[in-house]
Amino acid sequence: MSANLSSSGSSDLQVQASSEALLSGSTAPVRRNWAQYLRWLLLFAGGILMVMPLAYMMSTSFKFPFEVYNLNLVPEEPTLENYTYVLEDGRFLQWFFNSLIVATLTTVSSVFFDALVGYTLCKYRFPGRYVVFIAILSTLMIPTEMLVIPWYLMSQQFGWLDTTWGIMFPGLMTAFGVFLMKQFFETVPDDFIEAARIDGLNELQIWWTVAMPLVKPALAALAIFVFLGNWTAFIWPLIVTTSQDMYTLPVGLTTFSVEQAVEWELVMTGAAISVLPTLIVFLVFQRFIIRGVVMAGLKG
Amino acid sequence: MASLTLKSLVKRYGKTEVLHGIDLEVADGEFVVFVGPSGCGKSTTLRMIAGLEDISSGEISIADKVVNNLEPKQRNIAMVFQNYAIYPHMSVRKNIGFGLRTAKLSRTEKSERIVEVATLLGMEEYLDRKPSALSGGQRQRVAIGRALVRDPAVFLFDEPLSNLDAQLRTQMRLEIKKLHQRVGTTIVFVTHDQVEAMTMADRIVIMKDGYIQQVGTPAEAYHNPVNTFVAQFIGAPSMNMLPGVLDDQGLRLWNGSRVSWNLASSGQSHDVILGVRPEDLTPVPPGEAMLEGIISVVEPLGSETLLYVDIDGIEVIASGPGRQAPEPGSRISLGATSDTLHLFDKESGVALK
Repeated sequence: MSANLSSSGSSDLQVQASSEALLSGSTAPVRRNWAQYLRWLLLFAGGILMVMPLAYMMSTSFKFPFEVYNLNLVPEEPTLENYTYVLEDGRFLQWFFNSLIVATLTTVSSVFFDALVGYTLCKYRFPGRYVVFIAILSTLMIPTEMLVIPWYLMSQQFGWLDTTWGIMFPGLMTAFGVFLMKQFFETVPDDFIEAARIDGLNELQIWWTVAMPLVKPALAALAIFVFLGNWTAFIWPLIVTTSQDMYTLPVGLTTFSVEQAVEWELVMTGAAISVLPTLIVFLVFQRFIIRGVVMAGLKG
Repeated sequence: MASLTLKSLVKRYGKTEVLHGIDLEVADGEFVVFVGPSGCGKSTTLRMIAGLEDISSGEISIADKVVNNLEPKQRNIAMVFQNYAIYPHMSVRKNIGFGLRTAKLSRTEKSERIVEVATLLGMEEYLDRKPSALSGGQRQRVAIGRALVRDPAVFLFDEPLSNLDAQLRTQMRLEIKKLHQRVGTTIVFVTHDQVEAMTMADRIVIMKDGYIQQVGTPAEAYHNPVNTFVAQFIGAPSMNMLPGVLDDQGLRLWNGSRVSWNLASSGQSHDVILGVRPEDLTPVPPGEAMLEGIISVVEPLGSETLLYVDIDGIEVIASGPGRQAPEPGSRISLGATSDTLHLFDKESGVALK
């Protein structure tokens, strides 16, 4: 009898606790224990580890050269001189613009073609479908460093060296994007496609008007991945470009390093400015990127 | 509106044949329901009519025109899917209007047609809502609206009510039937639910293992099943099947009791199955009993009471009065009038009566 009483008492407590949690708008349990504080501590440490380089980058960009090797986060004599110098240097804006063109065009192209190929591999049954998919996936296992030589030879033969097209062409379609999109199109029920087919749409219209809007989160996530990847790409743009006019931002920033020393305050200022677009893109689309990563079953 | 004809329709997946020559004529404006257990080929048949599956052999004609090689959009059909297939990123208006995308109508005409269909379905207030803000029944109405707006020759429904709860299913069943009476378009409806089939159809097509078992009105299928499968599949609870022997003196049941029967086996005796529906098997005074047994379970349904009676090792379901139902454990005598009895050949399952 007493056991009954105590069990009903504890369930009352649970009900009360969960209703409190609901009222406060949180689904987390009300009672917190040391394990939870430990988790917070670890997360906090991780956060610090992530934020510190960014904080130092920002801080250094406001410092004079003499203070660069001082590890204080707040500059003793903050200055905007670095920004004025970098922005007045026409080369920087040119590199910024080059990067923007390359990253934007590759993103548009990659999202378009990856979605097209992913959809085809997902929704159509044709001989060799599986082989094609495996072949595309297997290219993911080849590192960029191995590919740059064939890319370079190809660019040389086609006359693409030191051109925007030359920088862009390897990124116009990505195996990762095809994989991501194929996985996402699996979530689009076949009934949607068949219903549209009965309603008289052709296959391309079905892809564009029915399937694509249903995978918007994946498209947004892919767009961010591709944009970030191309915005920060270094090795290939470094190899394929020879004139300073064609440099992308990451390549251009290295020119702030002279033979004797690296002008860190300028490099950091350039980096700080170059982070802005990615930060904006990320803040706008972050809810999509998180859903995209979760749904693709990948660990970010 | 149009008639629909299936001639020797066969479907093979590789070497496996799943439909073995289906023949069916659906009249203009008729409401035909395909019913059968999972894997009987009913949905495959429907998808072949829609053009979503290739035809291995045979012929499908819509309005006397062979459509075997036509694309789905050229067949002038509309289909409602089990999970609605309404697009979550479009409003109700756009979803209903989706079927008109390729129609050669002006913008105003399209808009008027959408409102007309929405009004017909009682959805005019929800035109600007997204599907996520609709209930299951409303979503299904949108799906029907999208099919309706095109004014197709034939409507195809692929288990459209399976995802709805029991109450809503009954309501939508009625609505679809009313809709058919109003628009009069030929409808082919697929379901595994025999109640849906019975209540909605002008004619039922009962399928099993890729073969049509029986085509007929709901009453025909219920009262004159052609074999044991149809007899048991149609009607809930299903028909009691009592083994027996037909000999030169008439019918003798498995427990030795004799049932008067106007048919006798000439020469050697013949194994048969006697079928009797639960509602036809009722309590009678002991002197008139066809069967006698002990009641094991009583299921009161209000209007009647289902009695599970153990008769010499076989459980039989009988129907008792709604009030004053007999107690479990008590002995009961059951009888049925001869015109409610069905006789089947035991080996082939074919009806003998």
